[in-house]
Amino acid sequence: MQTLVAYVENKPGVLNRVSSLARRLAINIDSLTVGPTENEEIARMTIVAHTDERGAHRLEASLEKLVDVLLAENISTRALLERDLALIKVSADQQNRPHLMELIKVFRARVVDVAPESLIIEVSGTVDKIDGLLEVLRPFGVLEMARTGRISMTRGGDLLQPPAAEPVNSELESASSNVT
Amino acid sequence: MKLTGAEILCESLTRLGVREIFGYPGGAILPVYDALGKSKLHHVLVRHEQGATHMADGYARASGGIGVAMATSGPGATNMVTGIATAMMDSSPVVCITGQVSSKVLGSDAFQEIDITGITMPITKHNVVITKAEDIARTIREAFLIANGGRPGPVLVDITKDAQQASADFNWEASEPKLPPKRLRNNHDQAEFDRAVEMLNTAKRPIILAGHGIMVSGAMRAFEQFVRAGNYPVAMTLLGIGCFPANDPLNLGMMGMHGEAWVNNAIQEADLLIAVGMRFDDRVTGDLRTYAKSARKIHIEIDRAEINKNVRVDVALIGDAREVLEKLTPHTETRDHGAWINHIAELKGDSAVRDIQSLPDNGHLYAAHVINDIWKETGGEAIVVTDVGQHQMWEAQYYHHNRPRTLITSGGLGTMGFALPAAIGAKFARPGSEVWVVVGDGGFQMTMSELATIVQEKINVKIAIINNGYLGMVRQWQEFFYDKRYVATPLVAPDFAALANAFGIRGERVTKRAEVVPIIQSARESDETVLIDFRVEQEDSVYPMVAAGASLSDMIRRPNNPLVETATEP
Ligand SMILES: Cc1cc2nc3c(=O)[nH]c(=O)nc-3n(C[C@H](O)[C@H](O)[C@H](O)COP(=O)(O)OP(=O)(O)OC[C@H]3O[C@@H](n4cnc5c(N)ncnc54)[C@H](O)[C@@H]3O)c2cc1C
Ligand SMILES: Cc1ncc(C[n+]2csc(CCOP(=O)(O)OP(=O)(O)O)c2C)c(N)n1
Ligand SMILES: [Mg+2]
Repeated sequence: MQTLVAYVENKPGVLNRVSSLARRLAINIDSLTVGPTENEEIARMTIVAHTDERGAHRLEASLEKLVDVLLAENISTRALLERDLALIKVSADQQNRPHLMELIKVFRARVVDVAPESLIIEVSGTVDKIDGLLEVLRPFGVLEMARTGRISMTRGGDLLQPPAAEPVNSELESASSNVT
Repeated sequence: MKLTGAEILCESLTRLGVREIFGYPGGAILPVYDALGKSKLHHVLVRHEQGATHMADGYARASGGIGVAMATSGPGATNMVTGIATAMMDSSPVVCITGQVSSKVLGSDAFQEIDITGITMPITKHNVVITKAEDIARTIREAFLIANGGRPGPVLVDITKDAQQASADFNWEASEPKLPPKRLRNNHDQAEFDRAVEMLNTAKRPIILAGHGIMVSGAMRAFEQFVRAGNYPVAMTLLGIGCFPANDPLNLGMMGMHGEAWVNNAIQEADLLIAVGMRFDDRVTGDLRTYAKSARKIHIEIDRAEINKNVRVDVALIGDAREVLEKLTPHTETRDHGAWINHIAELKGDSAVRDIQSLPDNGHLYAAHVINDIWKETGGEAIVVTDVGQHQMWEAQYYHHNRPRTLITSGGLGTMGFALPAAIGAKFARPGSEVWVVVGDGGFQMTMSELATIVQEKINVKIAIINNGYLGMVRQWQEFFYDKRYVATPLVAPDFAALANAFGIRGERVTKRAEVVPIIQSARESDETVLIDFRVEQEDSVYPMVAAGASLSDMIRRPNNPLVETATEP
């Protein structure tokens, strides 16, 4: 599994280009999250892909060839902070409710909705942690689940920022026209 | 100044240096055609939109500039798909402009509405829909920048009809391209560069693999200096042909599936491969597990995504071929590599006796003879545009190109029907050059309607149909790998000479070897298009051959008795 971060233009169709590219390269995507950045014209993606290092290199380099992708980087081998968020609806009756509450506490999850027959639990953390909670909730009856997919950030001073805008180069333009 | 979107488009194209547009009109692009009529741009009316894209592609490949194709929405746009994919696979800078239904009805399955940007997403370098007249100038400038920047490729611009009709302020200076900012990547670090230099200067059996990227980069001179500095033998890919003169003693010829046996053997024995602007296509490498096992590998390449894609390399020098070569040459120590070069020459000797040119004249007409005679008569100076199949490989083997951009052929997609329209585009790009079309009887029948375009435009190209009565390349595979079960490869054709006449073009038919040179000479003397139907040996095969997926070392060689007694009676 490989993790890539990409900064892209925040405009319609870009997600399509990115996912279509992965499909064309025959790379299976495990999760892809997009969200705005502090600059509203730029969005940030975390892409988790079923591939090896070579595949990740190809994906990274191919992504950067897309006009709307400002930067793509394979961060799999770096020190990462990773988060996934899940909402899990479990069936809960009067009898098993206390037991459930205990588990929720252990996993530092919280109850965000209470109904007579069910609870919605919100949990965030690594994929492993959420998978672990899911495992212990299963016997109670998981009715519904929604997960955001992974977002990742390199730790500490290892910054991954979008490139700054640069002025057009008129030399470049005249080189690409047919004017002789 | 207020102009309509359509006028802005024409004005922008003119300012970008466009002279010809290859296209076909229809409802959704009519405002542009109306504006075209009032502009200085010359519109070439094609007979099928696929032809328009191949013409733009041929124009781009012959000139190094950008070819422009135009079509209406819906079927006009979808007819372009094959030509766009052809340009994409061979990194050719083409800008396609399509009309689109009005923005108000986008998404409503309106008449001739098709999501052409969706369809062409994987086969364009970039594509975009314009819905406002004020965006046209900037977007067209961006399209040109993208098409010919870095690794070139096709860009499609889809313009809604209302954007063509609306008026907007036209201000060229204010409509500068505004492409998203890109991270500038470090091309390659000094350590990598030093390792490459060390490898170059210690190699005993080096060989250069020269590709299309050298032409794209305009690196011919830098390349030649590099070759001379290190005295490196040069092998070329199909699309690399022309980047280094064929008559140079260091030029070995083409590598790969139908490359020369000595070239492939030299690659297999080399201790260093220096790949320049080529992408290790599977037709070049054969079985990767056995490919150039004893060689270290340097890859000079502009596109990071190509590094280690097919062949793992020891050093990648990412960057423009010319810049990298200019940097490397001063560090290259001169070696004579005499023993190695002599060894390759020995490998060559063995092949010469098998060469079809060395066979005694048995009265049969072989495609190789025809192509070799065209080469001799044109002094190797013509632009030759080929189609796809056996004749394409024979052209690569028997027409020796000394100049860049003189072989124009569809390599990566292998698109039959490419030659005739691409040649028309090439002729527009280089009106002073002699242009020959070398095309099979199968491929010619795919786009022969463009003969009418030739007549309407009063174009002078020479068309050599290598008529073997078969889809020859496929027949060859059936002969070798399917026990000669010729399913769907024997091919009926019209009388091509008579067909040419029907279009108002001079047509000739040749069945004997002795007639070949006189007819070539007579065609060259004419300042009009001439079509020659060369009735060649029907069941000849292209040798040598590496079967698909086989090792480069296992080449199928020409049998000692190649005289297949199946010559056609006219
Ligand atoms: C019937 C048939 C048979 C064929 N048989 C053979 C055969 O025997 N031998 C053979 O060689 N081919 C053969 N081909 C063609 C083959 O399929 C490929 O198209 C061809 O090998 C590609 O050549 P290339 O890598 O040089 O060019 P391209 O595919 O055009 O690749 C060009 C490379 O150069 C890079 N580049 C672009 N610009 C620059 C720059 N400025 N600086 C540095 N790098 C740059 C690009 O990124 C790319 O990697 C055959 C095709 C057909 C249809
Ligand atoms: C559009 C398209 N369809 C099918 C093919 C597969 N194909 C490759 S070569 C070939 C035969 C070409 O026959 P012809 O044009 O007569 O040339 P020849 O090989 O006989 O010289 C075919 C069918 C192709 N390359 N392109
Ligand atoms: Mg044929």
